[in-house]
Amino acid sequence: MKIPYYPGCTLKTTAANFEQSTLASAKILGIDLIELPKWNCCGTVFSLAADDLIHHVAPIRNLIRVQEMNDNGVIEDEKRLVTLCSMCFNTLKRANLFVKENPDDLKTINDFMNLEEDYQGDVEVVHLFEILKNMGFDKISEKVKKPLKGLKVAPYYGCMLTRPKETGIDDPEEPTIQTDLLKALGADTVDSPYMKVCCGSYQTVNDKDAVARLARDILTHAQNEGAESICTSCPLCAFNLDNRQKEIKEKDPEFEGIPVFYFTQLMALAFGVEDEFYGFDLNYINPTPLLIKKDLLKN
Amino acid sequence: MIDILLVSSENEEFLEKISELSGETITLCDQCGTCSGGCPMVAEMDITPSQMMRMTQLGQREILETKAMWLCASCYTCTVRCPRGLDVSKVAEALRQIKLRQAIDYIDIKKIPEDEINILPQIALVSGFRKFTG
Repeated sequence: MKIPYYPGCTLKTTAANFEQSTLASAKILGIDLIELPKWNCCGTVFSLAADDLIHHVAPIRNLIRVQEMNDNGVIEDEKRLVTLCSMCFNTLKRANLFVKENPDDLKTINDFMNLEEDYQGDVEVVHLFEILKNMGFDKISEKVKKPLKGLKVAPYYGCMLTRPKETGIDDPEEPTIQTDLLKALGADTVDSPYMKVCCGSYQTVNDKDAVARLARDILTHAQNEGAESICTSCPLCAFNLDNRQKEIKEKDPEFEGIPVFYFTQLMALAFGVEDEFYGFDLNYINPTPLLIKKDLLKN
Repeated sequence: MIDILLVSSENEEFLEKISELSGETITLCDQCGTCSGGCPMVAEMDITPSQMMRMTQLGQREILETKAMWLCASCYTCTVRCPRGLDVSKVAEALRQIKLRQAIDYIDIKKIPEDEINILPQIALVSGFRKFTG
């Protein structure tokens, strides 16, 4: 299956391990993710002000690239655009929904981008989770070579995957899609009441202590339920939950570090792809000792 | 002693402006407090999200000097829970926009420490700039 893919900025830098592990695992599943040519930053946050059309331009321009890929035969009749980063997913999908519901505003945006072809409004923004769900988690478990047996993982959904309801991929209050995937990989999933509580998002730029307090709540609640690791799909959640453990530890020396994975890193591990695609060197809390202990990595 | 609150045309104008910018019918809020109860940032705020809604209903411009709107992380927990179907995150955005469109930034980009710039993911920086600067 050839499908257009939007990486977004962070997957090329601090979350390069998210991209690497995704591309390697997708290949095992027969999904050929074709990176959009000339993609641009989506703006990371959906423009919430009613009159702020200019900030919809960046996400919509990316959707035009999907049209072009179909027109010039890079892909055949595939109007879905796959995203990985939860923030990109939310911004692209909401902007897409906005212009579909507001044709006059789409015309304004199209007229503004007079060097681009018009966006026709028929691209569908999807998250990789949805592609996996459509394949069937039983099909995914057939590809597992190394079940993540005994690895206690707490799925963390954050905000942008499930909220708001119009664009969420699962129930905003009781999401299960990540648990379903982790179970298919053979992991022991741990439910935590904080699995959908915001990590503080961009507040991390201005108030890292507030974010560290939120992250501490999220992590310790998962630990109290028996989790030894956290799993996420958002590079900003990953940063706040993983890297901000430095600030948590400074305030609370008793706090025990807990590794934070991207769901695709766990997929790559379970599918038994080569070690070089795991990208654990970019994780702040090194997950290697835990994985060796669980017999999932060789010493 | 009963406090009498006078609502002037200036107050009405402010409410109208925020309603227009947010696209929300702010007067629908009946102060149930669900947004404040679920807000992950509420412990850091000077006023709660429901107080923010009430002050906006009354058109009190002093709201622009509070910190709550800046501490909103746009996590949409209030959005999915409001029993009146209101999107409080859009009201917070409208209030921020009033400041930002007067070129009054909430953060000074130059003051972000270099070691933080080096480790922060782009999505953190770009979204921070989008929400805190004009």
